[in-house]
Amino acid sequence: MRILPGFITAITLASSAVLWAADVAADVAAETVNPEADRQAFVSFYKNRFPDIDIQAHKDGAYALDPAKRAQWQAMEDFPPYEIAVDEGRELFSVAFTNGKTYADCFARQGIGIKQEFPHFDMDQNTVVTLELAINQCRVANNEAELDYDSDEMGVITAYMAFTSRGNHFDIKVPAAGLAAYESGKQFYYERRGKLDFSCSGCHMQATGNMLRAEILSASVGHATHWPTYRFKWEKVGGLHKRFIECNEQVGAVALPQQSEAYRNLEYFLTYMSNGMELNGPASRK
Amino acid sequence: MLLLGLLLPGLAAATTEQERLAKGEALAFDRNAGNCLSCHVMAGGELPGNIGPPLIQMRLRFPDREVLRAQIWDAAVRNPDTLMPPYGRHSVISEEEIDQVVDYIHTL
Ligand code: HEC
Ligand code: HEC
Repeated sequence: MRILPGFITAITLASSAVLWAADVAADVAAETVNPEADRQAFVSFYKNRFPDIDIQAHKDGAYALDPAKRAQWQAMEDFPPYEIAVDEGRELFSVAFTNGKTYADCFARQGIGIKQEFPHFDMDQNTVVTLELAINQCRVANNEAELDYDSDEMGVITAYMAFTSRGNHFDIKVPAAGLAAYESGKQFYYERRGKLDFSCSGCHMQATGNMLRAEILSASVGHATHWPTYRFKWEKVGGLHKRFIECNEQVGAVALPQQSEAYRNLEYFLTYMSNGMELNGPASRK
Repeated sequence: MLLLGLLLPGLAAATTEQERLAKGEALAFDRNAGNCLSCHVMAGGELPGNIGPPLIQMRLRFPDREVLRAQIWDAAVRNPDTLMPPYGRHSVISEEEIDQVVDYIHTL
């Protein structure tokens, strides 16, 4: 019997510590809108929560937190399930459009090793441009039809582009004009939503490291590093927004379309929080 | 005849009570209903989560059934930062279902 009140106090204390950290970040931001201060608070939070885990290790998500699950996953990685996608993507990437140009013509450095700069705030369009959006804009500029964001083709092209960016480190910038987009992404992350009344931070900060049934809740500091991801549940590679949809739906919230402005802003915030983290996409997950 | 007449209502009530508790248990375990198991260790439940405290010794710790019901109806009243879903406030399950879950949880 003695053990229970202590257990509950520990939970309550842990929760208030998290919210306290989030509140401080929110206060600082409300006054100065300082993404870099936010990021440092964010990283410190996970360093305190997981003192024995190197911050870079969170690029492997939940597998950074559970040695048994990690071992299973590593065995699976001996035959990476995304390998075919990377090969197909490499081929599609070099196929010329009907006007003779290719994807390489649309991107800096021919589109090789550039994912660490996505998403970025585009001043001319006054919006956040993700890699998927840039790919479709490239197609439209070359008189090709847009790809469906859930299509295999979008999956394999982004898988290839992520693959060429492996080992690079996120370097996301938030110019003054992009602050509002960043703030809206941040708000989305901390806001409760859905019938079950959860925020992203509720599961991935307050409860990170805990078990939700059989799932261990990953840290958000590595949430942007490894996309697109081959999921056995999906039986294909899919993008970060596909995961947002699932995380929204499981709490009874209305999911938004992939590449909607709100999700692009969320990706902008989340990726900024991963600045300095190593890119390791594409990845595999259960 | 008289004896049977006296016994039967009692038997019927006992079955109903058991059925009610079984219903409460099913609701607590069901992923699409209470799904309490996703966060709480509960007797007989497999693959429990550990976001909330184990649900044991409930009658000792919640002598007043209404306090227990209030926790399940809206945990945010006691802890505004709670992770526990507001089952009543957000109509996640019906009032009748909450009562069934409460009765079952109270036996743990
Ligand atoms: C009810 C709990 C819950 C909520 C709320 C939630 N998630 Fe998740 N999320 C999970 C679970 C469970 C997983 C799978 C295990 C893991 O990797 O953490 C997951 C996985 C993820 C992943 C993939 C991690 C990886 O390594 O591939 C991302 C990214 C993510 N969530 C982002 C979000 C965002 C952004 C929000 C808010 C819009 C959110 N989550 C809300 C439970 C939740
Ligand atoms: C997503 C997590 C989650 C789910 C789902 C959940 N709870 Fe909880 N529960 C908690 C947490 C965390 C606490 C600790 C107190 C607090 O923060 O409100 C708690 C506390 C409790 C308590 C008080 C225990 C005590 O010793 O004070 C009871 C009773 C309880 N929950 C019952 C339930 C029941 C019944 C269900 C399902 C119908 C349920 N919970 C679903 C997270 C959850």
